[in-house]
Amino acid sequence: MARSRSRYQSWGRYPQSEQTAEVAWNATDIGAGIAKLRGEGYLPFGNGCSYGDSCLAASGQLLDFGSLDSLISFDPATGRLVARPGARLGDISRIAMATGWGLPVTPGTSRVTLGGAVANDVHGKNHLKEGSFGHHISGLQLLRSNGEVIECSPEENTDWLYHTIGGLGLTGTITKIELALKRTPGPWFDVEPTRMEQLADYFALEQETGNEWEHRVAWIDCLAPKNSLGRGWYIRARSIADQRPVPSRINIPAPALPFSPLNSLTLKLFNNTIFHLGYRRGNSYRQDYMRFFYPLDSVSGWNRLYGPAGFQQYQCVVPDGDAEDVIRELLSLIASAGQGSFLAVLKRFGSRHAAGALSFPREGYTLALDFPNRQGLSELFQKMDDCVQAAGGALYPAKDAHMSPDFFRMAYPAWEQHEAMRDPAINSCFWQRMMEDR
Amino acid sequence: MKRILIIGATSAMAKGCARAMAEQGHSLFLCARKMAEIEELKHDLLARGAGSVSAMTLDINNLSRHKAVLETAYQELDGLDLVLLAHGTLPNQQQCEQNVDKTIEALQTNAVSSIAFLTRVANQFEQWGQGTIAAISSVAGDRGRQSNYVYGAAKNCLTTYLQGLRNRLDKAGVRVVTIKPGLVISPMTADFEKGPLWASADDVGRRMARVLLEGKQDVVYLPGFWRWIMMAICMIPETIFKRMSLG
Repeated sequence: MARSRSRYQSWGRYPQSEQTAEVAWNATDIGAGIAKLRGEGYLPFGNGCSYGDSCLAASGQLLDFGSLDSLISFDPATGRLVARPGARLGDISRIAMATGWGLPVTPGTSRVTLGGAVANDVHGKNHLKEGSFGHHISGLQLLRSNGEVIECSPEENTDWLYHTIGGLGLTGTITKIELALKRTPGPWFDVEPTRMEQLADYFALEQETGNEWEHRVAWIDCLAPKNSLGRGWYIRARSIADQRPVPSRINIPAPALPFSPLNSLTLKLFNNTIFHLGYRRGNSYRQDYMRFFYPLDSVSGWNRLYGPAGFQQYQCVVPDGDAEDVIRELLSLIASAGQGSFLAVLKRFGSRHAAGALSFPREGYTLALDFPNRQGLSELFQKMDDCVQAAGGALYPAKDAHMSPDFFRMAYPAWEQHEAMRDPAINSCFWQRMMEDR
Repeated sequence: MKRILIIGATSAMAKGCARAMAEQGHSLFLCARKMAEIEELKHDLLARGAGSVSAMTLDINNLSRHKAVLETAYQELDGLDLVLLAHGTLPNQQQCEQNVDKTIEALQTNAVSSIAFLTRVANQFEQWGQGTIAAISSVAGDRGRQSNYVYGAAKNCLTTYLQGLRNRLDKAGVRVVTIKPGLVISPMTADFEKGPLWASADDVGRRMARVLLEGKQDVVYLPGFWRWIMMAICMIPETIFKRMSLG
């Protein structure tokens, strides 16, 4: 156990908060680390992939379990994998892939830790078919700050399982995770891009696309002219029986610049290029899982491109019914504010019952966008929040740095029960913010 | 498949290296001081697909156990192709200046124990006419600096020993590799302020595995840019260098 002098911040680099950490290098260190931190309070920290303040400790003291990344067992016959919470999803997929297994659900970066994936109940492009990450967790070991060890699974201590999946790390320190991997025909995907001229095209494509296309996602050009609102590319993909090895890829580190090269002009240019020339102009292609799932991982530290002020991501989900109208409204709010990003993504969530009490995924459509931090953003967010809230939608805590406590408590009614089950020594900046003026 | 013995196997860099080796199906014999940590690593390596993993505890400064460790590793692995010494401590320079025992202890752990162990391995490999010997030295051994010259002296001693050993064993067909990591994030360097030159232990370990299993190099800097940094540092004339204070 050692106090680390590395700098801890969230992926969006906003909000800034002074954070120090005790690093658990070995499983045997966790107890000592908790004993040291529990007086003033702490928060378990994985790899800092949450965008806002859900990975920052209210006390400013983190328990860094990112080096606690050992696998405990992996059975290539059943696909059952047990590991420590710091294991990276990228590491797990690579090992699984070698024996014909894969992650059933993966977010857009392989840098996420297993613990982080559980605590945020992350999702991928296949929610319709596979649900969220938490649906594939068959067991957890939870260490409470009073020393109590809780083994939870769909059979025992189900309440603890239900509140730890998507529980934002607040129920205790996860020390072991059991995951059911999924059989996969190989590491390659057949990818079929279709150009969308307007938002209605997305909903039409989503309806007509059959179950054989497990992964679907749309990239939206949110800086498009008003008459082609919602234009972009619809990407659908399916895993195929192609066993060729995956070529290794070059990692380009993003420079840490004192300013952001991403302004409305460069972004417009970028989006225009992607819309007109991108996605191989609509021809189908074959892509390996690394490039398909984690395109941005090849630019390490891309978050730094937003400059020292950082950025915020806005991710909401809106229910099925009038989703098309609500998303059109959101896109026009963004367009008229003249703000926007190169990452605007639209996906669909299926009807599967949520894996965790505070899980974000729920039936409907989810829109995610990055915004460089600048003046006028909170006004825009306020308008967007009103729109999402009126539609009965929700915002994603893992991406959030602005949500109002009222909106949170309305969208996540299990919060009261969660607060009761929270480990008294654990708290995050996010949770503290959400529990204000109660 | 290679049969590999790693001393100091639970150190952060060795762990990364062992993982990369395990993922390729090689067989490993692990030595380190703490049983609980060895067990954790053993399960990890097996889950990653290692051919076999066995282990025993060892305090490398207990020189009388070296022979038994080598014999056990040989038996468990049914032969031996590669020996990697990855143990080490980073002594507190100020304490060493005030305390002779601390200085001796640092030299003992970082140089003498390795030389003692490798003397046995070298004779064995020379007799077999094959094998790879590798040890983790450090860029700190390339030039003495006021901030850590006791550690630097120990690593320089190890580097020179390996250099001579390489010269001797080349004709026997035995490869000797000197690994010189730069700044690596690990428990050993937890107290240091980290900057852009710092590399993750897992990454350095995996690069090390590649060098040992696929490469042909004799002396490797990890990451590679340290070769140029150290070349520049070594070119500074002593009359100027003695007045400088490099971190």
